[in-house]
Amino acid sequence: EKTNTNFFNKLGKAMVGRSKVDEEVLDELENVLVSSDVGVDTTVKIIDAIEKRVARDLYLNATELDKILKEEIARLLNATQPDTAQGYDLPKVNGPYVILVVGVNGVGKTTTIGKLAAQFKKSGKKVILGAADTFRAAAVDQLKLWGERTGVPVVSHGMNTDPASVAFDAVKQGVEQGADVILIDTAGRLHNKVNLMNELAKIKRVMQKYIPEAPHEVMLVLDGSTGQNAMIQAKEFMRVTEVNALAITKLDGTAKGGVVIGISDQLSIPVKYIGVGEKVDDLQVFNKYEFVDSLFKKN
Amino acid sequence: MFDSLSTKLDYAIKSLKGEGKITEINVATTVKEIRRALVDADVNYKVAKSVTDKIKDEALGQDVLIAVKPGQLMVKIVADELTNLMGGTKVDINLTGEPAVVLVAGLQGSGKTTFSGKLGYLLKKQNRNVLLVACDIYRPAAIDQLKVLGEQAGVEVYAEPENRNAVEIARNAIAYAKEQRKKVVIVDTAGRLAIDEQMMREIAEVKKAIQPTETLFVVDSMTGQDAVNTAKAFNERLNFDGVVLTKLDGDSRGGAALSIRTVVEKPIKYIGTGEKLDAIDVFHPDRMAQRILGMGDVISLVERA
Ligand SMILES: Nc1nc2c(ncn2[C@@H]2O[C@H](COP(=O)(O)OP(=O)(O)OP(=O)(O)O)[C@@H](O)[C@H]2O)c(=O)[nH]1
Ligand SMILES: Nc1nc2c(ncn2[C@@H]2O[C@H](COP(=O)(O)OP(=O)(O)OP(=O)(O)O)[C@@H](O)[C@H]2O)c(=O)[nH]1
Ligand SMILES: [Mg+2]
Ligand SMILES: [Mg+2]
Repeated sequence: EKTNTNFFNKLGKAMVGRSKVDEEVLDELENVLVSSDVGVDTTVKIIDAIEKRVARDLYLNATELDKILKEEIARLLNATQPDTAQGYDLPKVNGPYVILVVGVNGVGKTTTIGKLAAQFKKSGKKVILGAADTFRAAAVDQLKLWGERTGVPVVSHGMNTDPASVAFDAVKQGVEQGADVILIDTAGRLHNKVNLMNELAKIKRVMQKYIPEAPHEVMLVLDGSTGQNAMIQAKEFMRVTEVNALAITKLDGTAKGGVVIGISDQLSIPVKYIGVGEKVDDLQVFNKYEFVDSLFKKN
Repeated sequence: MFDSLSTKLDYAIKSLKGEGKITEINVATTVKEIRRALVDADVNYKVAKSVTDKIKDEALGQDVLIAVKPGQLMVKIVADELTNLMGGTKVDINLTGEPAVVLVAGLQGSGKTTFSGKLGYLLKKQNRNVLLVACDIYRPAAIDQLKVLGEQAGVEVYAEPENRNAVEIARNAIAYAKEQRKKVVIVDTAGRLAIDEQMMREIAEVKKAIQPTETLFVVDSMTGQDAVNTAKAFNERLNFDGVVLTKLDGDSRGGAALSIRTVVEKPIKYIGTGEKLDAIDVFHPDRMAQRILGMGDVISLVERA
């Protein structure tokens, strides 16, 4: 991988021994961040922080500057919340740990569930999947294939059935069969569709009849190539389902997923996983330092 | 956003007036505000820069500075410019050939399969004999998905579930279509990343094998800055004829449309506005321009001012 060292050299040279950052350098930094989908507001926030540090610390060389810049960005990325799963370990809860997976259309919900099922199973857990996307063509078949691929049972009522009752049944069967973790797949929905968003709230309510604390985790899946709309997605899904974990997919492409910095900063939702391909093993636990590094890597 | 942008511009321009003389420097703030608004709408930052550079000259020529509501006038100038850039003349899909062949390509999850179903349904309603072809041999249940959509649309679907060679399936499908005297063949392909050399080679080979009359690049309207890289890379390999912009029923600003249009200079031929088969429409450059700027009816606003 080619690190964008050029950028840091230029940045560093322009700043050594100064108490103010060159306009040109700041413009360049703005370009790097903005072209990674960081967004104007968050970019301005980062640049302000850098300017303050430079004014205070002076005499920056390229290495120091590199470090400070990464620190400032990483600071905006929220740490993992202690009450949700760390990596592929799950916190102890009463009965199975229930994860409801939500997001707009085509972001990678079903695929991420397949990958997570494999990881949880590998770490010795009993996993059950719930096929609550009963709307999109062949969605149930798709999840069932992931179930076969990973050797994990799938609870389904078929297409065009009530998603809430599938979720209820998955939770019930999970309890009865002593599962450690239940992953519920839902249909993709755009956050501005009120009915569909209310349906999510209903899925949640119905599950809670069986396990009052469920879902323990609501995971919002974001497509890494999405631009500023991801921020609105996060806000709207947060409103109806109290999202407490993020997964960012498709980071194996050239998109950087920078919008997540602002989301994590403003909404305090930690990023837990990243998707880096279509295969079962193409999932990684999020590492904020690696993520920040990747922003400054040339494609 | 329109309100906030025009207010910001009002403010920026008013502070210019006091200085009496219009120089490069005092216009800079105004231009920067516009550029940021575009970037926030997911217009690629380089595209945003070239657009605002152009607008700067235009605006200065138009005495924006003495207008009562300079911000609004400025936004209108921007909207007009964006409309222009997005292509004034409408370009229709090319359905010549016996049969006409439409190749559908794009990134993962952009909406290719759904669009294939929608286009099949649209053409079928125009009494054309259509064949849908399932060339996605990778995604779990991709063939089933297309079959369900084909059934809903009342369009036959050609698939070879055991065949692991997309090029072969595509070629066989064309032969079958000729035999069956189909008028249009729509080929759905697997999602792929532009940097996935093996997959890009596959789609280039599919194209070569079936010689489509129309190759369409399907892109999610929520895409951010990377849209230009992807569109460029697909265009280099496929020299596509048009773009399909999906998921416009959401509330994304859709700046990617402008970026793609200016960078690859290919027309946007269809838009997707929902998950159902009839949620397909033709593209309106002026509406897209206003959407990117987040404005309602700017013209009347300006006239009232
Ligand atoms: N390259 C890449 N592709 C991915 C990744 N995650 C998912 N995909 C692909 O993205 C496409 C959509 O994935 P799905 O899992 O079906 O997405 P979804 O959110 O369940 O979609 P809907 O249920 O239709 O809303 C598929 O082609 C996946 O193979 C990833 O991390 N990288
Ligand atoms: N709201 C909305 N959803 C859409 C639109 N077009 C497609 N979708 C949804 O987006 C998701 C992905 O669509 P697909 O047609 O499976 O996308 P694809 O490009 O074939 O995906 P892969 O084959 O996995 O690469 C599905 O949930 C579709 O229902 C649209 O215009 N509006
Ligand atoms: Mg799904
Ligand atoms: Mg598809």
